[in-house]
Amino acid sequence: MTVGELMDSGLFQVVNRGDDLDRPVERVFCCDLLSVAMCNAPAGCAWVTVMGNINTLAVVALTDAACVVLAGGAHLDDTAAQRAVQQGITVLATDQPIFEAALAIHQRLA
Amino acid sequence: MSDCLTLRFTVPADDFTRAGEASSSTKATLKQLGLPADIIRRVAIVMYEGEINMVIHANGGEITVEICPDQIVMVLKDTGPGIPDIQQAMQAGWSTASGAARDLGFGAGMGLPNMKKCADSLDIESTVGVGTTVTAVVRL
Repeated sequence: MTVGELMDSGLFQVVNRGDDLDRPVERVFCCDLLSVAMCNAPAGCAWVTVMGNINTLAVVALTDAACVVLAGGAHLDDTAAQRAVQQGITVLATDQPIFEAALAIHQRLA
Repeated sequence: MSDCLTLRFTVPADDFTRAGEASSSTKATLKQLGLPADIIRRVAIVMYEGEINMVIHANGGEITVEICPDQIVMVLKDTGPGIPDIQQAMQAGWSTASGAARDLGFGAGMGLPNMKKCADSLDIESTVGVGTTVTAVVRL
């Protein structure tokens, strides 16, 4: 499944449409501590988190995550929203808790 | 003439919105140089954790990155409060980060351990009241 296909799946709200929609989503990764995510998020993952600040986007960019999914009703603050547009990062969102959101992606990948 | 390329960055104090700029810029340079993805990721993690530490604890600082044919050397220098007990600071989970930093998802006490994990060598020199210099090397 590509980022674009995940975006069009209807599972999540689209907060920002990124630049690389043909990129495959290879895994799902869940974590809210940015230092832990920084070290462990696999490249090409869909990262599910409740952290919606600008540093979340820095971690997405530095780890080469395919996209980020804000779970549990989390949303990007204004600065982060601008940065997502500037850097072409795909950001999705849902009111579902992290586990359910990650499971929904995982089931599409299986 | 040196075979090394040197990059220099200033990390502003207390500005989480700009933390990551030095790491992103270095990552872009390493990509342009065609270095392996694993090396780039390790350097990016060391740089980012260092930047965040400078923002959270040290009122900003200066970072110099030297990209040489055989290694990448990152020197992160600040004039912050210093680290009283480096051994303790290196323990995973130990943190003195503020509530504001924790609210942003930092303060897990993983910064220095992550840097050590990703670098081939990590040296910390710190004097309380004077500042801290962290030198990290990733070999190519």
